Amino acid sequence: MEVRTLGQLDAVDGLIIPGGESTTIARLLIAFDLLEPLRTRIKAGLPVWGTCAGAILLAKRVPNLDRPPIGVLDVTIERNAFGRQIDSFEIDLNVTGVEGPPMHAVFIRAPVITKPGRNVEVLASLDDGRIVACREGHLLATSFHPELTGDGRMHEMFVTMVREATARAKAVPPRG
Amino acid sequence: MPAVNKTSRNGRARGASTARVVAARTTASKTTAKPAARVSASRNGRANATGHTHGHGGQYGEHATWTLKSGLAQMLKGGVIMDVVTAEHAKIAEEAGACAVMALERVPSDIRAAGGVARMSRVDLIEEICRTVTIPVMAKARIGHFVEAQILEAIGVDYVDESEVLTPADDVNHIDKNKFSVPFVCGCRDLGEALRRIAEGAAMIRTKGEAGTGDIVEAVRHMRAVWDGIRRVQHSPDDELPTIAKNLQVPLNLVQDVKRLGKLPVVNFSAGGVATPADAALMMQLGAEGVFVGSGVFKSGEDLAPQARARAQARMASAIVKAVTHYSDPSMLAEVSRGLGDAMRGQSVASLPASELLAARGN
Repeated sequence: MEVRTLGQLDAVDGLIIPGGESTTIARLLIAFDLLEPLRTRIKAGLPVWGTCAGAILLAKRVPNLDRPPIGVLDVTIERNAFGRQIDSFEIDLNVTGVEGPPMHAVFIRAPVITKPGRNVEVLASLDDGRIVACREGHLLATSFHPELTGDGRMHEMFVTMVREATARAKAVPPRG
Repeated sequence: MPAVNKTSRNGRARGASTARVVAARTTASKTTAKPAARVSASRNGRANATGHTHGHGGQYGEHATWTLKSGLAQMLKGGVIMDVVTAEHAKIAEEAGACAVMALERVPSDIRAAGGVARMSRVDLIEEICRTVTIPVMAKARIGHFVEAQILEAIGVDYVDESEVLTPADDVNHIDKNKFSVPFVCGCRDLGEALRRIAEGAAMIRTKGEAGTGDIVEAVRHMRAVWDGIRRVQHSPDDELPTIAKNLQVPLNLVQDVKRLGKLPVVNFSAGGVATPADAALMMQLGAEGVFVGSGVFKSGEDLAPQARARAQARMASAIVKAVTHYSDPSMLAEVSRGLGDAMRGQSVASLPASELLAARGN
């Protein structure tokens, strides 16, 4: 389902924030009063996967974004790190936790992840070491777009994260 | 597990230039994205073969592929692309939540009023707008004017609009867009025109409407015509597709793609006549995947003093963005429509002589 309202947000056990324009999404989160509730739910353990613009919104530090991001993932993210559309590219990439052959990764006006915090696990880097995928607990971030290639292995990884989180929530009912 | 939820229409990953956030899904691989980018292997091959035609391009992997060109349009879906003529306009558009801007020398209604020959905008103006905003910047080239397109590619614009709003440079041929690294968007009035542009390499389509009028009637007509064409193809048996392709003057594989996908093989926005949040939502409900707003924003509130006008235009821009995000929610549409000033005055298309209709340019 698509999430545009508070009610829809309450109905999900996991959330993907896909590609798009981070400036646009950041504004609309504020305009429709979703930013704080989303932040609260993520801090309470809602598994979230951000691709490209979604990853930008998850980051705690985003120079050059004129609205506050959701700010939950302990990384710095550099927007449009490779340049304009003409510099967009496709490349095969090894991703930790993804079994089998390398993933074909599509980078469109993509960001890169820098300064990962202590608890952030780097899942994929380009040959020169620039980080393009990482995980911190229930948060997953990719600079590229697995939603454009038909390769569902990262989706499977995320679904597993959601299942684990749901199982944990069931095992330990909230107090009170 | 009730947990995560099912997906959006068509089982397709939705790009989102809006706050649209898509819930994860219980079943993974088989249901994941079947991207428009993969419409046909032959197209992929061709686009790749001609990729990397100029000096830009980073140090990594493959550039200028069909997936990258059509993929950027996927990321704009659900968003609003606004015509801007100055860096200040571009700032207002970005601030309002536009997912991209179209850098122009004059908005279409002024082009209409001014007459004369409308050409690609000045390079300095486009470059200034590129420096001003972080969202993608599009710019228009005349139909068939492949050198204007080469210049726009050299500047580094993110998308070229081969546009009927400018005076055509070639009254027979369109630009061979497959040759370029930069992606193109083109206008159409029906399915055949859309597929002819896609065959030439357009990675995004917009219905033409009638630019600069503020009259939505042509936008509606063209969007309905595209969907009517798609439905006919979908309901036709396979052995009739070659004849449909012949009649539309398009490659058979694109007609087959349309039948399989139940939509155009690239993202389709609406353009030409959107003047209010209601107009924008109307086009979304009619099946547009996003909206171009030309004169609708920066020709609104014309009777106001400059300061008040800029504020009114910013409100209109923001309201149109919100209307596109919540296009199917009438109470939200009412909410965003409150407190707006006058929309652009506009001109009914029915009052225009045939010679002034821009949509008839290019076919």
